[in-house]
Amino acid sequence: MENLRDLYQEVILDHNRNPRNFRKMEKPDGFAHGNNPLCGDQIDIYLKIRDGIVEDVSFDGMGCAICTASASMMTLALKRKTEQEATALFESFHHCLTEDEPHPEDVPLGKLEVLAGVKEYPVRVKCATLAWHTFLAALKHRQDSISTE
Amino acid sequence: MSGAAPYDVTARRLDFPILGRSVHGQPLVYLDNAASSQHPRQVIDAVGHFYEHSYSNIHRGVHLLSQEATLAYETGRLAARGLLNAACSHEVVFTSGATASINLVAQSYARPRLKAGDEILITHMEHHSNIVPWQMVCEQTGAVLKVVPINDSGELEMDAFEQLLNERTRLVSVVHVSNALGTVNPVERIVELAHEQGVPVLLDGAQAVPHLPVDVQALDCDFYVFSGHKIYGPTGIGVLYGKEALLNAMPPYQGGGDMILSVSFKGTTYNNLPYKFEAGTPNIAGAVGLGAAIEYVQSIGLDAIAAHEHELLRYATERLKEIKGLRIVGEAANKAGLISFVLDRVHPHDIGTILDSQGIAIRTGHHCAQPVMERYGVPATARASFALYNTRNEVDALVEGIRKVIGMFE
Repeated sequence: MENLRDLYQEVILDHNRNPRNFRKMEKPDGFAHGNNPLCGDQIDIYLKIRDGIVEDVSFDGMGCAICTASASMMTLALKRKTEQEATALFESFHHCLTEDEPHPEDVPLGKLEVLAGVKEYPVRVKCATLAWHTFLAALKHRQDSISTE
Repeated sequence: MSGAAPYDVTARRLDFPILGRSVHGQPLVYLDNAASSQHPRQVIDAVGHFYEHSYSNIHRGVHLLSQEATLAYETGRLAARGLLNAACSHEVVFTSGATASINLVAQSYARPRLKAGDEILITHMEHHSNIVPWQMVCEQTGAVLKVVPINDSGELEMDAFEQLLNERTRLVSVVHVSNALGTVNPVERIVELAHEQGVPVLLDGAQAVPHLPVDVQALDCDFYVFSGHKIYGPTGIGVLYGKEALLNAMPPYQGGGDMILSVSFKGTTYNNLPYKFEAGTPNIAGAVGLGAAIEYVQSIGLDAIAAHEHELLRYATERLKEIKGLRIVGEAANKAGLISFVLDRVHPHDIGTILDSQGIAIRTGHHCAQPVMERYGVPATARASFALYNTRNEVDALVEGIRKVIGMFE
C-alpha cells in the first residue's frame, strides 16, 4: 500500500478530480481520438496551432486516474511549446516511464516528473502515455490535412 | 438420513500450491478465476508424471511409450465425455480451447450451409469469441448476424429471442454463463425453442463447466464448447462436443496428419470422428492435464462446488452492496460465481492496481465483452470471480480492499 502513494500522488489525484483543459474545442486545427482497447480508456485531443506553436490543447473522454491526470498535465505542459519542443517533451517523458537511464538529449520534465512513479507499474504505462500518443496523432493529422491542400 | 459432509474449503486450498504464495507481501487472494483458474497438485503432478514417464506422440508408434501416451490422451477424452455426459467419446473433439471450437463450427458447420440472407442468432452478452467468428462467416457468405437484447438486470429478453428466431435462422449460438455478468442463461428453453424451428444450437460453456453440472444429452444442444484452463486444467486444450450426425456431416476444419485414413496425390480419405477434426500433433499433455482436472472436480462433486460458490456469491453480493458508491453490473436472478462492479469516481483500472497492492487479484477491463460494457454505459468494470477454493475471508479482504480504494480517492 505504501508504494502506491508514489503512483497515486496527491497532485495526480487532484488532476483526476479536476482535470484542466477538459473540454471540447470548436474548430480545432488538429484532432485525434485515442483508444486503449484493452482497458476501455478513450480520449479525444483538440489542438490549436499558430505559427508552429501550440496555442491551445484540450481533451475530453473517459479514462483511469493515471490516464486522466496525465492528459490534464500534458495540456498544461504543451502550451506555447513549438512542435519540436512538444515532440522532445513526449520522448523524454516516455523515456522516464520506460527506461532506467535518461537519454542525453532528454529535456527537463518539470511538473510531469510526478508521473515517474508509473514506471514501477509497467501495465499502467500505456495509461500515462495514451494522451501523448493521441496528441501526436492530432499533430500529424493536422499536418496531413495541410499537405492535402 | 445423513446430510453430505460439510464442504472443506481449507482442505481444498491445500490442493493448490500457488495459493500459498504471497503477492506484494500479502497473502494471495485470487479472484480472477473467470479469466483462468489455478491448478491443483493433482493436475500439476499428472502432467509432470506424463512427461517423466509416458510422453511420446500418439496414434502412431508401435512402441510402448506411444501406446501409453495414446491411452493417456484418450483417457482425457473419456473424462471430458463424462463431464458433459456425451453419448459417446467420439463426439468429443479436442481443440485448443473454446475459441477454436467455435471457429471450427463457424467454418466447418455454418460456412458451407449459409447463403446470403440467412441468419445466425447470438446474444448481446456474448464474449468476443462468440461474436467475431460469426461476423467472419457472415462476411464470407452474406449471412446476417442477429443479436438478442438483454435487460437491465443482465438477463436475455426471451420474448425478443422468440421473435428473432425465424425461418431464416440457421444457427443459434449462446453463452451458457456470461463471463461479464455472471448470468446463467435458460439454455434448456433456448434449445427447445430453437429446435421447434429446426435450428441447431451451440452453447458456449467456458464459464459454465467449472461451476455447474452440464448434461449435453439432457440439454439436447447440438454443440457445446469449453476451455480446459477455466476448469483447473492447462491452457491450450479445450473441447468441442457435437452430435455425431452433425460432426459426421461436416468437412474437416484443417488438413494434416492424424485426420486422414489414407493420402495419395489422387485424393485423401478422412479419418473417423473425432480424429477428422484433430489435424496435427495435438496438445497431448494438455489433454492429460484436462483429464486430471475433470477427475479432480468430479471427486469433489460439481453440486458441492456450485453450492459453495453460490454461498460465496450471495455473501459477496450482500457485502459489496453495503459499500456506498458501488454498483453491481449484472443482477440476474440466476447467476454463477462472479460479480462485475463499478465505483463512483474510481476507474476500474485504478481499483485493480490498488487491490493488487493488497495481494488481491481481480480482472478489470471490458472482459472481451465490449457490447456488454456499451449496454450498461460503462467503459470497463472490475470483476471478482470465484472458484472452489475461495473463502468468505477472501470476500472480506476484497470488501476491505475496496474501502481502501475509496479512501484513497476521497
